[in-house]
Amino acid sequence: MDFTIIDPAFRWVVFLASSLVALFSAIMMVTRRNPIHCALWLIVAFFSLAVIYLTLHAQFIAIAQVMVYAGAIMMLIIFVIMLIQLEKESVRRSRVTGGKVVGAFITVILFLETGAVLYSFPGSAGKASGVSLPQMGSVAAVGASLYGKYLFPFEIASILLLIGLIGAVVLARRRQE
Amino acid sequence: MLHEIPNSLYFGLSAALFTIGAIGVITRRNAIIVFMCIELMLNGANLAFIAAGNMLGSIDGAVFVFFIMTVAAAEAAIGLAIFVLIFRQKGTIDVDEINLLKG
Repeated sequence: MDFTIIDPAFRWVVFLASSLVALFSAIMMVTRRNPIHCALWLIVAFFSLAVIYLTLHAQFIAIAQVMVYAGAIMMLIIFVIMLIQLEKESVRRSRVTGGKVVGAFITVILFLETGAVLYSFPGSAGKASGVSLPQMGSVAAVGASLYGKYLFPFEIASILLLIGLIGAVVLARRRQE
Repeated sequence: MLHEIPNSLYFGLSAALFTIGAIGVITRRNAIIVFMCIELMLNGANLAFIAAGNMLGSIDGAVFVFFIMTVAAAEAAIGLAIFVLIFRQKGTIDVDEINLLKG
């Protein structure tokens, strides 16, 4: 879908709705106790992020988000949750240790740092603007970049996936003894 | 007349998602939930990449997110296999109980 010819008001509505859904489901994911509920809320967050990617002219990444994250990775996680007989997290809530205080402090600093990126953002403009992208096709542009400028990293990534595949099989194999 | 969505909103959303994920990693004790929080942090970083690529008019942001997704998929396969192994050995995947390397 080409978002450049669509009314900005509609884009605002889409962006605000999906970002609120993403934030809400992320918070729900972190706070739920049942792991299956966590996984389902995370899938909601992934879908709303895919919608946000569409408003940023990144169609290929939006589709890959739904297929790889919401499809493959979450299927794997839910499968493992069902494989492992998970007890509910034991309730030892009211423990405020020094580690948690330090962790909270570090998290606040992290948030401020990521926010500070806004005000110190160097970088040069590239060729593919939001106007020219829909004409040449975002997916075609990503493909040309992957098989041209980034061919070597692309091959490395495929080797990485192969290693992951073999490693998972070797790890999960039942030893015969 | 409404203007374009400012990039700072995208970066703010990305920072918020990353921070929520980091809070989850620190506070939760179930290893699989910690793993899901890490995936959420990766997604926050991905959103920042895409927003920056869109802002600069470059396709490199999308390519970088593609590689991050590759790494996340490999990480999911290996990590979950390790969780299954740990569960077979110890009967739990509570990260406070897994202290075999502590000595």
